Amino acid sequence: MASNTSLSLTLKIWRQNGPNDKGKIVTYPISDISPEMSFLEMFDVLNDQLIKKGEDPIAFDHDCREGICGACSMMINGQAHGPHRRTTTCQLHMRSFKDGDTIYVEPWRAAAFPVVKDLVVDREAFDRILQSGGYISVNTGNAQDANEMPIANEIAENAMDAAECIGCGACVASCKNASAMLFVSAKASHLAYLPQGQPERNRRAQMMVNQMDEEGFGNCTNTGACEVQCPKGISIKNISRMNADFLRSTIASETEI
Amino acid sequence: MKLDSKVPEGPLADKWTNHKFNLKLVNPANKRKYHIIVVGTGLAGASAAASLAELGYNVSTFCFQDSPRRAHSIAAQGGINAAKNYQNDGDSVYRLFYDTIKGGDYRSREANTHRLAEVSVNIIDQCVAQGVPFAREYGGYLANRSFGGAQVSRTFYARGQTGQQLLLGAYGALNRQIGLGNVQSYNRREMLDIVKVDGRACGIIVKNLITGELERHAGDAVLLCTGGYGNAYFLSTNAMNSNATAAWRAHKKGALFANPCYVQIHPTCIPVHGDYQSKLTLMSESLRNDGRVWVPRDKATVEKLQQGQIKAADIPEADRFYYLEEKYPAFGNLVPRDVASRNAKYVTDDGLSVIPDGEAVFLDFTDAINRLGKDTIAARYGNLFEMYQRITDDNPYQVPMKIFPAVHYTMGGLWVDYNLMTTVPGLYALGEANFSDHGANRLGASALMQGLADGYFVIPFTVGDYLAEIGPGNTPGTDHPAFQEVEQSIQAHTQQLLGINGSKTVDDIHKKLGKAIWDHCGMARTADGLREGIEKIKGIKEEFWNDVRVPGNDNEINFELQKAWRVADFIELGELMCRDAYNRNESCGGHFREDFQTPEGEALRNDAEYAYAAAWEWKGDDQPHEMIKEDLNFEFVELKTRSYK
Ligand SMILES: Cc1cc2nc3c(=O)[nH]c(=O)nc-3n(C[C@H](O)[C@H](O)[C@H](O)COP(=O)(O)OP(=O)(O)OC[C@H]3O[C@@H](n4cnc5c(N)ncnc54)[C@H](O)[C@@H]3O)c2cc1C
Ligand code: FES
Repeated sequence: MASNTSLSLTLKIWRQNGPNDKGKIVTYPISDISPEMSFLEMFDVLNDQLIKKGEDPIAFDHDCREGICGACSMMINGQAHGPHRRTTTCQLHMRSFKDGDTIYVEPWRAAAFPVVKDLVVDREAFDRILQSGGYISVNTGNAQDANEMPIANEIAENAMDAAECIGCGACVASCKNASAMLFVSAKASHLAYLPQGQPERNRRAQMMVNQMDEEGFGNCTNTGACEVQCPKGISIKNISRMNADFLRSTIASETEI
Repeated sequence: MKLDSKVPEGPLADKWTNHKFNLKLVNPANKRKYHIIVVGTGLAGASAAASLAELGYNVSTFCFQDSPRRAHSIAAQGGINAAKNYQNDGDSVYRLFYDTIKGGDYRSREANTHRLAEVSVNIIDQCVAQGVPFAREYGGYLANRSFGGAQVSRTFYARGQTGQQLLLGAYGALNRQIGLGNVQSYNRREMLDIVKVDGRACGIIVKNLITGELERHAGDAVLLCTGGYGNAYFLSTNAMNSNATAAWRAHKKGALFANPCYVQIHPTCIPVHGDYQSKLTLMSESLRNDGRVWVPRDKATVEKLQQGQIKAADIPEADRFYYLEEKYPAFGNLVPRDVASRNAKYVTDDGLSVIPDGEAVFLDFTDAINRLGKDTIAARYGNLFEMYQRITDDNPYQVPMKIFPAVHYTMGGLWVDYNLMTTVPGLYALGEANFSDHGANRLGASALMQGLADGYFVIPFTVGDYLAEIGPGNTPGTDHPAFQEVEQSIQAHTQQLLGINGSKTVDDIHKKLGKAIWDHCGMARTADGLREGIEKIKGIKEEFWNDVRVPGNDNEINFELQKAWRVADFIELGELMCRDAYNRNESCGGHFREDFQTPEGEALRNDAEYAYAAAWEWKGDDQPHEMIKEDLNFEFVELKTRSYK
C-alpha cells in the first residue's frame, strides 16, 4: 500500500554539454518527493527547480511514459532502467527508493550510441540496422486475404514475444561488449517464426548482422546481461536462432561463389 | 471561402471505386520527379510514406522523436476494426459504416466514413503480410473481439499492444524504402511552418532539434500526419510530446480547422494523483466487459471510505450505486465512451468520489472473479492488472480499481476534402490530424483503422490527381524568397520566446491552460462556462507572453524552447476549441452542452440547425476566426437519437 511520507534524496546525475564535452557527475539534493511519483516526474520536479534558479535543465528522452515507445533510457545506479525487472525508466516509481538514498543516473554508454547531451544518446544505429533488412518485402496492395494462411496460435505467440521489443537500447547499455545482438535477434526471430518471413529469412539475418558490425556494436559473448535488463523480457534464445540463420546464409553465399 | 468536399456522385458503395477511376494518374516514369514531404511517422505517416515510395515517388519523412518507430501510435492498446466478418456474426462494410456514423452522432461525412469501412478489410491483409502477429485461434485463423460496445466481433488485436505491432509493420515497410534510397528520413526535426508560393504548399521549414538550425525542404506536396491535439489539456493519455504545432501553423497559413471542440474523453484511466502528475494512463476499454462501475450511494459512506475507516469490500451491496447499470439497463457498463465518462463526472460532482482530494469511481472485478475464476480474469486482463498495480501499488484482484475519465483523442482537426486535401492546395492531412471520419465521437479501435486507411489506401490514389495537374518540376526550390521569409518569421518568434525571461516555467502555464480547457470545455459545457473559459485563456496568453521563462539558447538541444512554442500554439487552439463549443448550440457525441439535454440528461442534438462541420478560418492575430460551414448531407442513413437505455 502507498505510504505518504515524502523522500529526500541525493541525485548524482551525468551532465554533458554535447558530444565533445567531457562530461561529469553533478550532485543535486532534492526533497519533498512523493513515493507515488514516477522517476521521470521526479526529473520534472528537479528541472522545474533548476529553471527557476536560472540553471540549465537536464536533457533526457521520454515520450509515452507508459513503457512502450522505448524513448526513455537511463542507467540508474548502474542498471539500465533501474532496479526492477521488466520495467522501463518511465514505469519506475519513487516508492522503490528509501528516504536518504543516493541515486546515480547516467546515459546509455556504448560507442555506437554517442551522447548527444546529458542523458540523451543517439540511437539511429538501430534504425539503420532495421533499414538494412528488418522487414518483409511486400508492397501495399500485394497482400492476399489474411485468413488464407492459417498460422498456429503458438507460432503467432512466439513471434509476438520477440516482436515486443521496444528498441530502447537497454540490452546494448547492459552488455560489457555493447553488443546489439538481443535487439537484432528479436527482429530476426519475430519474422523468422512466421511463414510470411521465410523467403527472406537468411538474407535478413545476414544483412542486419553486417550492418550491426558496421555500426560498431561489440560481439556477443553470451553473458546474458541483456536478457536480465530487457524491460520487455526478450529472451536470449533469439540469439541462437538468429545465429543459425546467419550461418545458413553465410554457407549459402559461399556455395554460390 | 466556399468549401468543396469533392464527394463524388453516385451510390454510396460505388463512390470510391468510381472516384479512383476518375482521378488523374501520374506516369510511372514521372513519379520519381515528384518530391513528397510527409510530416509524421505514426500509422498515417509511415504507411503513406512507404506506399508512396513503393509507387516510385521521391519521399522525405520527418518526426520529432529520435526514431520513426516512437510515434505516439505505438501506444495504442486495444485493437483495430475491420469489416472482415470472419466470425460470421453479421458484420459487413455497411454495418461498420453505419456503426461509425451512428457512433459519431451523425456529425461525419457519409462518403468518407463509408470509404473507411470499405478499405478496412485491405488493411488487415496488408498488416498480416508484413508480419504483424495478430492474435490467433488454435486453428490458426485470426481471432477477434468485440470492442467498445459493438454488437459484432470485428476487432483485431495483438495482445495489449496493437498500435505497437501495426506501427512496427508500417515502420518496416518504411525502413525498406529508406534502405532502398527512396525515402529520406529526418528524425529529431520539428516542422515549424509550411511554405506557400502562389497559394499552394511548396515546402516546409523544420528545426533540427539537436543543432537548433532551421532547415528548408521543398516538395510538390506536403502531407501532415502529425496526430491529435489532446495535450492542449496538459493531462491526457497522449504521449508527452504529442502537439498541435504543425497543424496550427498550417492553419495560420490558410488551412481551415474543423470541429475543434470534438474531443474524446475516455472513461477508464488512472486518476490524477498530484500536482506533479505529467500524464494519464489509459486502462483498456475492454475492462468494462467484466468490471462493474460503482460508487457508494451516500455521502456518509463516501466520507468513511475517503478517511480510510472502511474499505470498498466493507460496503454492502445495497449501499452501492452501480450507476451505469441502473441508468442504462440495456447496455449497462458497456455504454459508449462519452456516456460512461459523463456519468462518472455526474456522480463525483455529487460528492461521491471514492478518493479524498480528487475524483475517481470504482471498477470492480469481484463478481467476475467469483463467477469466472481468477485464472480466466488473469488470462483476459493480466497485463492490464499488472500495469495498474505497477502504477498505483494496488492489486486489482483484491481491491477494485479506481478510475476516472481522461482526455484521449481529438476528432476535430484540419478540414480536408474527400481527397484528404486541406484548403491549401498541395497540403494534405491524414490520421488523427484531420477531422473527417469520426464525427463527434470516435468508436474504439477505429483510429488505427483510419490512420492506416488514409496512408495505405487513400492518399496513394488521391495525391496523384493533384501532382498530375501541377506537372513535374514545377515547384520552386528552397532558394525561393518565400522560404527565407518564413524562416525569418520563425527566428523572430523564437527570439521573442527566449527573451521574455519571466518567472513561470512553460509547464506552469501549460498546466493552467489545461485546467481552464478541462473546466470549461471538458466533459460538460455551458454557454456561460465557455465564455468564461475564453476570457481565462486570453489571460493565460497574456501571462505566457509576459512571464514565461524559456532557458537556454536557440543553437542546441533545448527541450524547454520546444515545449514553449508548442504551448504558445495550444493556447490559441484552446481558445478556438471553446469558441467552437460555444457556437454549437446542441449536444452531440463528445460535445455535451448542459444547456442542451433531454429531461433524462441525455445529449440533445439539433439536426435542423447543426448538421454541419464547423470549419474555422484564421483571420490574423487580433481578429476573430470566421466560421465556414460544410453542410453534412445524409443521403443514405436516417438520423436517429442514440439511445443506450
Ligand atoms: C493510450 C492510447 C491508446 C489508444 N488505443 C487505441 C486503440 O486501441 N485503437 C485505436 O483505433 N486507436 C487507439 N488510440 C488512438 C490512436 O492511437 C491514435 O489516434 C493514432 O495512433 C494516431 O496516429 P497518427 O498517425 O495520426 O499520429 P501519431 O501516431 O500521433 O503520430 C504523429 C507523428 O507526427 C510527428 N509530428 C507531430 N508534429 C510534428 C512536427 N511539428 N514536426 C515533425 N513531426 C511531427 C510525430 O513525431 C509522430 O511521428 C489510442 C490512443 C492512446 C493515447
Ligand atoms: S517514455 Fe516511452 S518507454 Fe519510457
